[in-house]
Amino acid sequence: MSTSATAHHDAHHDEHHDTGRNTTLGFWIYLMTDCILFSCFFATYAVLFMNTAGGVSGKDIFDLDLIAGGTAALLLSSITFGFAMISAYKQNKGGVLFWLAVTFLFGATFIAIELYEFNHLIHAGHGPSASAFLTAFFSLVGLHGLHVTAGLLWITVMFIDVAKRGLPDRTVTRLGCLSLFWHFLDVIWICVFSFVYLMGAM
Amino acid sequence: MSQHDQDAHSHGSVSSYVVGFVLSVILTVIPFWAVMTSAFDRATLFAVIVVTAVVQIIVHLKYFLHLNFTKEGKIDTLSFIFTAIVIVMVVGLSIWIIYESVLMMMY
Repeated sequence: MSTSATAHHDAHHDEHHDTGRNTTLGFWIYLMTDCILFSCFFATYAVLFMNTAGGVSGKDIFDLDLIAGGTAALLLSSITFGFAMISAYKQNKGGVLFWLAVTFLFGATFIAIELYEFNHLIHAGHGPSASAFLTAFFSLVGLHGLHVTAGLLWITVMFIDVAKRGLPDRTVTRLGCLSLFWHFLDVIWICVFSFVYLMGAM
Repeated sequence: MSQHDQDAHSHGSVSSYVVGFVLSVILTVIPFWAVMTSAFDRATLFAVIVVTAVVQIIVHLKYFLHLNFTKEGKIDTLSFIFTAIVIVMVVGLSIWIIYESVLMMMY
């Protein structure tokens, strides 16, 4: 490769890298504001979790086997999304589609477990309106669940995008943002299972 | 070449994802095991949950979200640290204020 061609390639690469970098940074700043939103829900839960209005407390209703299952699904989806990103940087379209599908299945498993838990609680008479504790619990866990659902929708959209148009730089940048979103939700879930479920059940 | 190395570093590799995953599994199993078997007294359980959660968050930030202190990645890390300070104030001070007021209303 001649020197000028290399220089041209580098300049082009840097230029692309910069715009992709700005997009990623902007998305990261959004995630940080989302972090603050979650922290408000955590503070609300911390303030209200003892106000059970004579009803059930966390110890009575938390099923740790179920939560361990959901946690495993989310953790596995994190590493499979990592493999999707590695495939994306290698321009391996088949790999990206495969790992996105696997990630979607693990994420859907997590949501299914959460819906089962919520459904079970509401039918047992422990719905969000039963006490301040349950309102704060359903709001916090539900907010995380909504984010994961949005992530599943986004994975579906990216799956169609990659299947139809392959992996141009723009798509890889979008996948990078989705990767940040997905791993960020896993970090939030660490806080949820530690401070809500484990501390509630101990 | 150096540009490529830096890319590979900031995007992570199969081995770095696997290391992050294995550490996360260990740090998840420990608190679940401790609480499910009531292995320790309440204060120790509390400490185990908090420590494993904090360490696991750091593992996720390093291995999955690729936060670092390189010239390019510094801004992400600094914005996260700023956010973390805001969160500590929002959560910590809320709990402090409300718990103190509850105590004062009791006496």
